[in-house]
Amino acid sequence: MTSATTAIAALKSHRRAKRLDSLAKNVILGVSLVSITIILLILIFTFKEAQNVFFDARVREEVLPTLFGANWQPVSDSPKYGVIPLFVGTLKTTLVAMLIAVPVGVLSALYSVMFAPKWTKEVLKPAVELVAGLPSVVIGFFALVVLSDWLQSLTGSSSRLTALVGGVAISLTAIPIIFTISEEALSAVPQSIKEASYALGATEWETAFYVVLPAAYPGIFAAVLLGLGRAFGETLIVLMATGNAAITSWSLLDSTRTLTATIGAEMAEVVFGDPHYNVLFLIGTFLFLFSMTLNLVAEFYVKAKLMKKFRGG
Amino acid sequence: MRVFQRALALLALLATSSCSSDSERPITVRGSDTMVAIGQKWAEIYMAKNPEATIQVNGGGSGTGISALINRIADICQSSRPMKKRERDIIKHRYGRDAIEIPVAKDGIVIYVHESNPISELSIAQMKAIYTGKIRNWKELGWEDRNIVVYGRENSSGTYEFFKKRVLNGEDFAADVQTLPGTGAIANAVAQDKYSIGYGGIAYSRGIKFLAAKETDDSPAVAASEQTIADNSYPIARDLYFYLVKEPKGRTKDFIDWVLSDEGQSLAIEEGYFPVRPLAKTENSATVLAK
Repeated sequence: MTSATTAIAALKSHRRAKRLDSLAKNVILGVSLVSITIILLILIFTFKEAQNVFFDARVREEVLPTLFGANWQPVSDSPKYGVIPLFVGTLKTTLVAMLIAVPVGVLSALYSVMFAPKWTKEVLKPAVELVAGLPSVVIGFFALVVLSDWLQSLTGSSSRLTALVGGVAISLTAIPIIFTISEEALSAVPQSIKEASYALGATEWETAFYVVLPAAYPGIFAAVLLGLGRAFGETLIVLMATGNAAITSWSLLDSTRTLTATIGAEMAEVVFGDPHYNVLFLIGTFLFLFSMTLNLVAEFYVKAKLMKKFRGG
Repeated sequence: MRVFQRALALLALLATSSCSSDSERPITVRGSDTMVAIGQKWAEIYMAKNPEATIQVNGGGSGTGISALINRIADICQSSRPMKKRERDIIKHRYGRDAIEIPVAKDGIVIYVHESNPISELSIAQMKAIYTGKIRNWKELGWEDRNIVVYGRENSSGTYEFFKKRVLNGEDFAADVQTLPGTGAIANAVAQDKYSIGYGGIAYSRGIKFLAAKETDDSPAVAASEQTIADNSYPIARDLYFYLVKEPKGRTKDFIDWVLSDEGQSLAIEEGYFPVRPLAKTENSATVLAK
């Protein structure tokens, strides 16, 4: 009798614990789903506001004929929504930023992992991370006031605010990302590989460049992609430092207008529901999809490659 | 349970106390970023004189303000541009009447150049030629053989639209006009760039000078000043507006009347704007552009 009741009690408490367990599990699952849900909702919202460009006859008639032109004059008696100069602008600033940020970020990470004495490493890492903490408005202000003067006297360009100024300033935001992730990837290269290289008579430099760097390649690739996403999506710096003239020119010494700066500058005053409003959201949808693709590629490609390489999977 | 009851009691207390101490509904003012400073100044002084009134002033842009007005989130919309047809139509459709438009101040738009620039006046036609890209070199205006670096406002700004309509006659700006956010940014850029030109409100900045404007090539040049803007002889001035969707009553009406009074209008002068009509001579009306 008594043993039966204790058995039943034990079973009951066991059930209760199980129920609590699954409750906790579900709550945590819900919390982790929040961010995914938010991202999905943002995508749906931006696309919903952009879709009129394709599906609303009135908006389509006004927008589509000029959408792929070279004139961005959305506030006009005959509005022109040519996004080509904006794409060229984004491409130019991103290119300049990556040309600076990739070598600087990757090489300083390599230095930090392979060559730096302990104290240098202790200074270098926090210093680079400090740059990551700089608000972009501060970098933008620096570019606007100081950097633009330097680069103008260096290049003799007729305008002070150019794609070059914007690109150099953006590289400051991409360097910390590339540095931090590359450093992680480089540190993850197993000691045994390095030792094998030394054993074969390779010098430190040879080991660093021909063994460690290629071994960490997937991680560095991811670092570059994430840096690219940061450079591509930067808004405030380009808004402040590039002069924002929508010209289709490949010269780095011309003023330029990027996709992000266009949204940043024009969204506040646009008439809601206007074709102009729809086009801005179309640009937003594009930016969103692009950076999502970058992140996904970085995530999955690297996971697959790195796992195979180091865990023998 | 007891906790819940206590919280409820507290809430009830809060509700009644906030009702009894302040029976007036706050007036919400939203809209143009250009006008935030002046709107806040008006609200501050008005509330100091009428402690029972509450006026909240927010920026966000003329477009944002108008849509807030349409959705009745704001009682008054400040706008640095006249309402567009589309916006007027929505209001007419939703409220069965036109929006009420009240000009509350004037803003003079001036052309800035670097202080070392020898040119002192431009006609409207010359400004148009510069901003549409027909004149690209200072030589054509009688100065050195250097490219003109042209700065303007973002197309979201009321100043942009006004300048385009008044000076460019509705034509598009040249694509290589560099756009900067805000009058201050343009004034600073011009101050640092010897061969540049910009336009904007009356902004005080070291290193720049304002050009006098000529209506046509042969008319006399007029410098922007309180007098010339209030009596409409300076050619590039615009009105700044309050918009409402229903006839102002009670506190709202009192506030608007006060804004339009000599006292409210002289505050506009302090903030760098101009009165909608010439004011009676007071201490304040010593030339604002003494510089």
